[in-house]
Amino acid sequence: MSEELFPEPEWLSEEVKTGTTIIAVTFDGGVVLGSDSRVSAGESVVNRVMNKLSPLHDKIYCALSGSAADAQTIAEIVNYQLDVHSYLSPMSYDPLVCSAATLVKNISYKYKEELSAHLIVAGWDRKKGGQVYATLNGLLSRQPFAIGGSGSFYINGFVDAEYRKNMTKRESQEFVVNALTLAMGRDGSSGGVAYVVTIDKDGAEEKCVLGNELPKFFDE
Amino acid sequence: MASVSVCQYRPGGFSFENCKRNALLEADINKLGFSSPAARKTGTTICGVVYKDGVVLGADTRATEGMVVADKNCSKIHYISPNIYCCGAGTAADTEMTTQIISSNLELHSLSTGRLPRVTTANRMLKQMLFRYQGYIGAALVLGGVDCNGPHLYSIYPHGSTDKLPYVTMGSGSLAAMAVFEDRYRPNMEEEEAKRLVRDAIAAGIFNDLGSGSNIDLCVITKGNVDYLRPHDMANKKGVRTGSYRYKHGTTGVLTKAVTPLNLEVVEESVQTMDTS
Repeated sequence: MSEELFPEPEWLSEEVKTGTTIIAVTFDGGVVLGSDSRVSAGESVVNRVMNKLSPLHDKIYCALSGSAADAQTIAEIVNYQLDVHSYLSPMSYDPLVCSAATLVKNISYKYKEELSAHLIVAGWDRKKGGQVYATLNGLLSRQPFAIGGSGSFYINGFVDAEYRKNMTKRESQEFVVNALTLAMGRDGSSGGVAYVVTIDKDGAEEKCVLGNELPKFFDE
Repeated sequence: MASVSVCQYRPGGFSFENCKRNALLEADINKLGFSSPAARKTGTTICGVVYKDGVVLGADTRATEGMVVADKNCSKIHYISPNIYCCGAGTAADTEMTTQIISSNLELHSLSTGRLPRVTTANRMLKQMLFRYQGYIGAALVLGGVDCNGPHLYSIYPHGSTDKLPYVTMGSGSLAAMAVFEDRYRPNMEEEEAKRLVRDAIAAGIFNDLGSGSNIDLCVITKGNVDYLRPHDMANKKGVRTGSYRYKHGTTGVLTKAVTPLNLEVVEESVQTMDTS
């Protein structure tokens, strides 16, 4: 009875989720990853500037979505495993994107019932160039582009219609920023700023597009 | 084995359902000469901010047990290492034990490396432990300190996710405190301004949230020095009584006085020595 007199706000005990929009796209010579920056616990935003593009290695990044704790933990574990992989088997080249994606997939599949996070792994290696892998629920699927998170449902049509093979780096970055803007405009759990990471043979370049610099769409 | 439950949609905003009933009750009670019960507070407000030379952590000091205040002046800023302190919200036992365990492990780690521990190490240890317990340890923490890489501030949630930010708030009063931060935070503040900002943020939580109460504790951490200000601000001092209920001598008049001595005889006497060695 006493609980109903002063009900505890629900977001105190809610798990922290990254209700999110994430997207990764291959272009001729590399990949572009993009994400929004909102982290919510129930109806409250707990972090409005979180960078959900997490580095697994120099030229391999992953985009986080779902439960914040699960996604952060998977990314940190795979980061550690890739470091060990690089030291134990000294190779003259960087680890393959496929290896990183497989490590993520192994964790996602083995702990399928306990975890609720979806990571998109993307990067560049010298064997196959730019690659994007989706690891939803423990599957490993290489795709030309991938979208994820709660905001992705709103832009499925947009990306299907607008994606073209062999875009230039510029065009891919614009495509990613447009997709993120549209999703953030419609999804309540996505918002804040847009983080964009471009990976090619020269390395990774991180950029942050502030809210007022995002493109404007039909808004009346 | 499905259970049927009726989910009640709770609309946002204020609920005015009880206003009529409360007005009737208050009128009745006042007629009898009593006063209506005051609102009771539960919960916590903790926060932290990074300023020019280091980190300022702040917390209120009320601990509650359901609807009762269990401790009017408890300490929510816990020691982790000489250069790292941690505020804890949520279940008091969980925050207390978690910070003590990590403090102990960090000291061993620091002896092993021979260096002052880093804030990110403490963050990793805390998040890995909380993730292992899948959110059943109800500890929401604000971790702050200064190490060789400068000042750092982290917020750590019970399920194990962390955020590294220039200003963070936690607890039931976190929204009130965050409102103050979002209005007045600037990068690279001076120490006095940062202390004032944290003090005001905790005060906002104390006074506006049916959540926190009592005093404001601050902890200012800089390179090589920690100021643990407890209390920094006694925002809720207990009032001084204006009158006394004692009556003066002679208030009641004495009409008659009768003295009857009681004659007592000593029947038995026994001595038992006590061993006080």
